[in-house]
Amino acid sequence: MSTQPDLNLDYVANLARLALTEEEKREFARQLGDILHYVEKLRQVDVTGVEPMAHASPVFNVWAADVAGPGLSVEAALRNAPARRDDTIVVPKVVE
Amino acid sequence: MADEIIHQPAARLAALLAAGKLSSLELVQACLARKRAVDDRVQAFNSCDEAAALAAAQASDARRAAGQARGPLDGIPVGLKDAIAVEGQPLTCSSRMLANFVSPYDATVTQKLKAAGAIPLGRLNMDEFAMGSSTENSAFRPTANPWDLTRVPGGSSGGSAAAVAAGELPLTLGSDTGGSIRQPAALCGIVGLKPTYGLVSRYGLAAYASSLDQIGPLARTVEDAALLLGVIAGHDPRDSTSFQAEVPDYRAGLAARKGPWRLGVPKEFFGAGLDPEVSAAAKRALEFYRQHGCEIREVSLPLAAEYAIATYYLIATAEASSNLARYDGIRYGHRSAAAKDAIDIYTRSRAEGFGSEVKRRIILGTHVLSSGYYDAYYLRAQKVRTLIRNEFAAVLRDCDALLSPTSPVPAFKLGEKSADPLAMYLTDIYTISVNLAGLPGISIPCGFTGGGLPIGLQLIGRPFDEAGLLAIAHAYEQAHEWSQRHPAL
Amino acid sequence: MKFEAVIGLEVHVQLATASKMFTRVAAGYGEPANTLTDPVVLALPGALPVLNKAALDQIIKAGLILGCSIAPVCKWDRKNYFYPDSPKNYQLSQYDQPICLGGAVEIELPGPARNVMGEHKKIPLTRIHLEEDVGKLTHGAQDTLVDYNRAGTPLMEIVSEPALASADEAYAFLTSLRLALVHGGISDCDMEKGQMRCDANISIRPVGATRLGTKVELKNLNSISFVRDGIAHEIRRQLAVAAAGGTITQETRDYDGQTGTSQSLRSKEMAHDYRYFPDPDLMPVRVDEAWLAALRATIPEHHFDRQRRFMADYQLPYTITSVLVPDRGLADYFEAAARLGAAPQAAANWIANDLRRELAAAKLPLAASKLHPAHIAGLVSLVESGVISSSIAKEVFVAMFQSGEPPAAIVDRLGLRQSTDTGELEKWVSAAIAANPKAVAEFKAGNEKALNPIKGAVMKASAGKANPQRVDELARKLIG
Repeated sequence: MSTQPDLNLDYVANLARLALTEEEKREFARQLGDILHYVEKLRQVDVTGVEPMAHASPVFNVWAADVAGPGLSVEAALRNAPARRDDTIVVPKVVE
Repeated sequence: MADEIIHQPAARLAALLAAGKLSSLELVQACLARKRAVDDRVQAFNSCDEAAALAAAQASDARRAAGQARGPLDGIPVGLKDAIAVEGQPLTCSSRMLANFVSPYDATVTQKLKAAGAIPLGRLNMDEFAMGSSTENSAFRPTANPWDLTRVPGGSSGGSAAAVAAGELPLTLGSDTGGSIRQPAALCGIVGLKPTYGLVSRYGLAAYASSLDQIGPLARTVEDAALLLGVIAGHDPRDSTSFQAEVPDYRAGLAARKGPWRLGVPKEFFGAGLDPEVSAAAKRALEFYRQHGCEIREVSLPLAAEYAIATYYLIATAEASSNLARYDGIRYGHRSAAAKDAIDIYTRSRAEGFGSEVKRRIILGTHVLSSGYYDAYYLRAQKVRTLIRNEFAAVLRDCDALLSPTSPVPAFKLGEKSADPLAMYLTDIYTISVNLAGLPGISIPCGFTGGGLPIGLQLIGRPFDEAGLLAIAHAYEQAHEWSQRHPAL
Repeated sequence: MKFEAVIGLEVHVQLATASKMFTRVAAGYGEPANTLTDPVVLALPGALPVLNKAALDQIIKAGLILGCSIAPVCKWDRKNYFYPDSPKNYQLSQYDQPICLGGAVEIELPGPARNVMGEHKKIPLTRIHLEEDVGKLTHGAQDTLVDYNRAGTPLMEIVSEPALASADEAYAFLTSLRLALVHGGISDCDMEKGQMRCDANISIRPVGATRLGTKVELKNLNSISFVRDGIAHEIRRQLAVAAAGGTITQETRDYDGQTGTSQSLRSKEMAHDYRYFPDPDLMPVRVDEAWLAALRATIPEHHFDRQRRFMADYQLPYTITSVLVPDRGLADYFEAAARLGAAPQAAANWIANDLRRELAAAKLPLAASKLHPAHIAGLVSLVESGVISSSIAKEVFVAMFQSGEPPAAIVDRLGLRQSTDTGELEKWVSAAIAANPKAVAEFKAGNEKALNPIKGAVMKASAGKANPQRVDELARKLIG
């Protein structure tokens, strides 16, 4: 974290798959700049030797037995699909 | 009939149902009538399947007539935040992205409500994808505070809080990631409980920040919150983060667990930025407990006070950036008509489907996880989170609960803070650290400002000690009449 | 300058489980489109993952089979990227704490001749981790169709060190890995069904150099032969580039097994930034010694160990072990027959040749055979003790394969017992001597081979039931 937080909005927006307007970019650059500046304060905390907390409680080995149960009907699975054909979801041609 | 019952606590309605003095059908009709009368002004509802609710009410009455009532909530309508799935009902998260989405499945809490005979009624407005503190970030319309329609109800569960305050529903469910149940409960003058992380299944709650989200009740009284919590709590094999804990009878615990208690007062939560009327109300509550024999001790939570908001916004946005990646216009949700190829579907559909605050948080979260920034932002925030959790654990060793205001300010004007995200974030200052620590927190009414706006008192408990927390809150509530005041609509 | 190739493989293997990796809807292949989904598979709002215990068991077992060290704690990470086959737009995977580390795949290189065992070596593994498969895209002229049946299937990624030197070694690696996993019951490894998929990282460098050259990733190697052909093709391509004084560019190439050509894939957008972070929805896994011990107890003998044991303990020739050992059922069958006392080599021959031939002709799997190891043991013992001849035994074999009747019963019912009755044998031998005066004369003149027509006549007259040993003795005695 530098004192002048560097946020490459075009790079990040592409990663997040968000098309931003020029106006949004200007606005976000300013607002997120403020927020990134605000979170700089975390630099003051001594975190030497502290374990990161990825979960609210330290629980291990949560799983289920491998028993197949019912799923959704095709109709239920696809009822919200914006475009469908032959029980599949249609998207514009994906270029590999 | 309707006028008499619209502001009754659910426990009272349950007693009337049990005594045969009220039918579930009458109750649901009364709620719907109240909704028709006030919701064009309050705007708590996104949608409402009246026919399904009426049919469920009749089924409940038939069960009761056959002597097969399923418990105290049988026949009681419960509203759901529009982020909790109900099979066959819309699930919009107050987003254009999901404006036309209909859930093909029930959330676990929805199943539990149905199993208890409760009637899911209404899809309640919220900040889009639960990101906000005022419900102004709804893509559809802002919800108004029933006490002053020019003010916000709080958020993100603003519709859930306003509906209860306005007499439209006796009980609702909300979700709380950084204060989204407690803060609107405080601003609307009702009770709101965020359970310990893991007590209530998140299965079927559209995720905002997975390690922080919890579903919880909003209600008119502590007893009602206890009743509803008892129905929705408990281990769920569909949620790997749900805890294997016994669910006690929370309502029975209200009277059984008596003080005096040891209550901690975090001195930093009474500092700069706190509205004087809110501060005074919280201190009067403190005096109440002191006079009832409780030991009041000043405690210090320096890390939580100083760093919780920064920590929260790094962790929550990082998780959100990934959680919301699924909204892509492929399998469901808004698909841009302008999309020409697969990449276009993503970038345009998401640009059109998400509102500003959601985009802002996705961008922030993506940035803090991206290559070269992860350690400095996300990993560091996770470590500070550990320190904040430890800090709470240390003070709760010697205290049964901590006491503070819920929100530093009463309900603010619609539009007042919407241009300044950081100022809006700072209104969560007392609630956010509770989510980071995974603790239970409750907001109960503790007075009104001179202008007639409700003020909320927050009590923070030990992990999975909801019973104790509810008992402490109940003791205060029993000695005060705040919950008997209702907004004039 | 002389160059050498350096190859590393990334092998994805679907685990044989009843349900998916993170939800309990059925996993399967060949079902109608989008019939194996649920809220988790489709990443509907609110859906949450729950680990499949069997998938964990399977991967730990695979790790034990391949000699990996099993991490005492592992966790689950989100790999974030957008693609239409990925419903959540992140893949649940394991980033910096995979469940299996190290280990090796023992391979056998082609020997100097078909009947001679080739050189063995161990190819070290980097890691094995667990993740979830994606859906299937079908590309049409105008659009792409998505089927999510495969999405969420447990997928194990096995990453080798860059330690393979040739296409043949890669072929041997996959062959051996496949056997180990199939024998362990971890996967069916059917490449046609996409249960096993392979990407190869290939580079060349001057012989003796220690730094790796620029690597090219070869994708879509969807059969073991295509892996060999594709790698060989890529090595030739790189050598040609180097010979022409060019430089290899880092890229991903798609190999077309049908045409034997490859082409560069347009690099997807900009550099990947997957933003891995620990999944908050899934708890970490702790593996203790008791769990490991329970799984260790279920691991079958490694196929190469078994082959070496068959050769040493049963004195079986390499070629027969190469038939028996790769088919775990057949090898088990053989050992059962041997345990029942059958002479190992004879039993192995019956199983490797006759039994396999009959099963193939009848299109039956071994498990459906009416012929059990006891039949083989019985038959071998009948031949050994001289009750029937080898040629009669062939007849008995076919009969018992069809009916499942024990061999002794068939021999008795059909009267196939070899004749050892001296009176009867003497009649046949005397008649044969009388009918072949020329052969008798030649034999008496010292031509040993002249006895064969006489013995042949006896076998013919007895319909094969005469014991050849006794016939030989009697003929010599009667002529003498």
